[in-house]
Amino acid sequence: MSARDLVFASIRSSLGVDGHEAPRRKEVTDRLRDHPTGVVPARGHLAPDGRVALFADMVTAAAGSVTRVNAAADVPKAIAEFLRRHNLPPTVRRGEDARLAALPWEHEKTLEVTLGPSDGHQLASVSHAFGAVAETGTLVLTSGADNPTTLNFLPDNHIVLVDAKDIAADFESVFARLRARYGERQLPRVVNMITGPSRSADIEQTLILGAHGPRRLHIIICD
Amino acid sequence: MAGLRVGLFVTCLIDFFRPSVGFAAVKLLEDAGCVVEVPHQACCGQPAFNSGDRADARAIAEQVIAAFESFDYIVVPSGSCAGMLRAHYPELFRGDPNWQPRADAFAAKCFELISFLVDVMGVTATNAKFAGTVTYHDSCSGLRELGVKAQPRRLLATVADLSLTEMQDADVCCGFGGTFCVKYPEISNAIVAKKVANARATGAGTLLAGDLGCLMNMAGKLARDGGGIKVRHVAEVLAGMTDEPAIAAPREQREAAS
Amino acid sequence: MTQAATSPRFKENARAALADGELQKSLKILETNFIGRRKQVADKLPEFDALRDAARDIKNHTLAHLDLYLEEYERRVTAQGGHVHYAVTAADARSIILDICRAAEAKLVTKGKSMIAEEVGLDDFLAVHSITPVETDLGEYIIQIRHEMPSHIIAPALHLSKAQVAADFRRVHKELPPNRNLEEPETLLAEARAVLREKFLAADVGITGANFLVAETGSSIIVTNEGNGDLTQTLPKVHIVLTSIEKLVPTLEDVAEFLRVLARSATGQEMSVYTTLSTGPQRPRDPDGPREYHVVLLDNGRSAMLGGQFRDMLRCIRCGACMNHCPVYQAIGGHAYGWVYPGPMGAVLTPSLIGIDKAGNLPNASTFCGRCEEVCPVRIPLPKLMRFWREREFERHLSPATVRAGLSFWAFFARRPWLYGFATDLAARVLALMSGARGRFRWLPLARGWTDRRDFPAPQGATFQAQWRRRH
Repeated sequence: MSARDLVFASIRSSLGVDGHEAPRRKEVTDRLRDHPTGVVPARGHLAPDGRVALFADMVTAAAGSVTRVNAAADVPKAIAEFLRRHNLPPTVRRGEDARLAALPWEHEKTLEVTLGPSDGHQLASVSHAFGAVAETGTLVLTSGADNPTTLNFLPDNHIVLVDAKDIAADFESVFARLRARYGERQLPRVVNMITGPSRSADIEQTLILGAHGPRRLHIIICD
Repeated sequence: MAGLRVGLFVTCLIDFFRPSVGFAAVKLLEDAGCVVEVPHQACCGQPAFNSGDRADARAIAEQVIAAFESFDYIVVPSGSCAGMLRAHYPELFRGDPNWQPRADAFAAKCFELISFLVDVMGVTATNAKFAGTVTYHDSCSGLRELGVKAQPRRLLATVADLSLTEMQDADVCCGFGGTFCVKYPEISNAIVAKKVANARATGAGTLLAGDLGCLMNMAGKLARDGGGIKVRHVAEVLAGMTDEPAIAAPREQREAAS
Repeated sequence: MTQAATSPRFKENARAALADGELQKSLKILETNFIGRRKQVADKLPEFDALRDAARDIKNHTLAHLDLYLEEYERRVTAQGGHVHYAVTAADARSIILDICRAAEAKLVTKGKSMIAEEVGLDDFLAVHSITPVETDLGEYIIQIRHEMPSHIIAPALHLSKAQVAADFRRVHKELPPNRNLEEPETLLAEARAVLREKFLAADVGITGANFLVAETGSSIIVTNEGNGDLTQTLPKVHIVLTSIEKLVPTLEDVAEFLRVLARSATGQEMSVYTTLSTGPQRPRDPDGPREYHVVLLDNGRSAMLGGQFRDMLRCIRCGACMNHCPVYQAIGGHAYGWVYPGPMGAVLTPSLIGIDKAGNLPNASTFCGRCEEVCPVRIPLPKLMRFWREREFERHLSPATVRAGLSFWAFFARRPWLYGFATDLAARVLALMSGARGRFRWLPLARGWTDRRDFPAPQGATFQAQWRRRH
């Protein structure tokens, strides 16, 4: 008997089943197909502007920073401003996300934009979020060439764009969109749910930002 | 609701160490209009139960149920013993077709003293007087198994001349835990040391609780470490019966009720 | 062979812990940081208690169908190009991981925080086989260089002061200037970050645990604040998820329920900083990510727990709330428990994993105050489960002879109220007399545990029942 056989035999023996029972199989199939929603906090269920405001408040409470721009055209400027404010060199790395590619980077002549994943030498990166959750101030980012995962973790400063309309009330709404995009039972290699910059409290419970991931998380909400 | 027949389950600790609390309980119950009887009794069986000795616990429980089940209510001046009767007796007899219904019916009639007075008898005030500041320790079983928290405070608020100051962590364990305090005495000591420090820090003159185990533990620690606050069962204050010396206090100290 | 447990020496461990001034100072942090924050954040969410009920129910449903959800999970992982390995024992887990590391010609392995790795003693095993494991969670890194076990499942270095950490960094990071400033937590963190960044980038294999496994999508979930888990699983060419069979959760909606109670119960945060769902190895267009994705599913006694009295314990999501609120843990810290899992959850789980004969002290060292159960996000009846262990011990005659004798003696009288009444009245009056006017005893035979540090209140005189029957 393989280890797998042993484990399954032990589980089935403990449960007093043989695994073929139709009612049990149906319960599992049904739940996986229907993925019923459980208890959803009312907190994030506000009108769109309320959701955005709540999201911004929650991000700030988690030591992230937030700004809002009216149009895509304003984004490169907002990024340049952020870098200047923190005395950072005017260079960012991004992925192949079409929405990022389409930004008018030429409006900020001093800003250098490089392409690709991070190798640990970049100080600032910019990603476009798949969506966000107002309930907890959480960004949802997906892996791939559009927004490489390493951009979320290696550079000290992470700038994330999110469309205001993609700021959902709750996790469930974002999960539903992921299913719609990637298919039933599928997810991209990685889904990062990010709430504020990296932190640790492991030394005398003193909270410090920038443990291993970014020290700063700056979110630009685009209308 | 007057004329209810109440079987007083006095608890082994009160029976042995501090009968005055039993008499205070009787007074409170009679003032509320109950007729109180005291069948021959010993222990609720919790020491056996918590030590894993189900057989002895069950044997003791059968006796208690038989002795008390004919009463309208069974009232217990202790959160942990009341918790044993109300929450754990049904567990002891689960699956037994003869005893399960009896145990369930019995348990439903068991109440901790103060919660009985307030929640069942609807008592809203005492006519007691007690000049001084008190602080109140929430015994764990009473609090978490039976929901006893607001009731003693509500009644204490009606005692003339009494003021209540809450201590920090009033609802944190005192370290008694039945056999725990003798099996792991150093850990128990560390826990009770924190508790009495919190009690002292309120500046209150008297520390109250609804469980004699907790009270003896806290009083014993205070007495060893220089005193500074008297310890009584809350029933004594509510019944206006504080003539007896406080717990672990010297006997010549007879105290006036006011 | 799992990590050697010192649980049989619990009493000595506890004694040492109580006398340890630094530890006692560090433990005070539990009050403000963990307890206070949890209460605050729970009070802010009206649905919190309903969420706990939902989390409990999802776990119960999953455990009742664990075989089927495991099959679904395995199917999804394999469909994405991942590999699922089953480990019946700790030794199996270790050798599976060694094989994967050898196949990858790994020399350096980075590790995210994993209690299962502690449980199977992975780090020492890899080191013995010339593979260097580096803990990347800051707290785990600190205890790794001290050769200690974690003292808390969320905050592994809770028991240490910054001075102790600085001393360890100076001892171990020998390449750095010896007189550098390591006064403050910030400087310590900066040093750890720099040292570990190198390791992240150089690692051949990254091993993480999993807070949850999702059957619907074949995903593993890690929850961190530092981001170390993400760097561990993204940068190396091989990612190994070392986890256990009861971590299964059916759907993404179910995951949402757990995410809503986990961080709030553990640290009082609304959400941990990084919650990451990983599903298989690199995809065709991925510019980063591991080329191999392995899941090692450990049993080590859990499937047996499914069929017994301790099944509820399998609901545990390892938040640590129980130990934060436990008066015993607050007094002695985590190391006294002697193994990987401390506090109330450790008291219930450890005997299942290493045997009640070794771990007997753990479920006995509890006052049953019930605070643990009160805060458990999946409503595990911890005191009741500890009592079940005491019943097992009693049945197997593992309790000390003196205790059994005492209980028999007591029960003999308790079952004979007339005799009991007579004997207790006599004893009470004798003791009252002996105490004189003092009202208490400074010393009593057979009660040294009490009277060493507390006075023993004396009885008032005749018992209540004796007095009552005289009057009525």
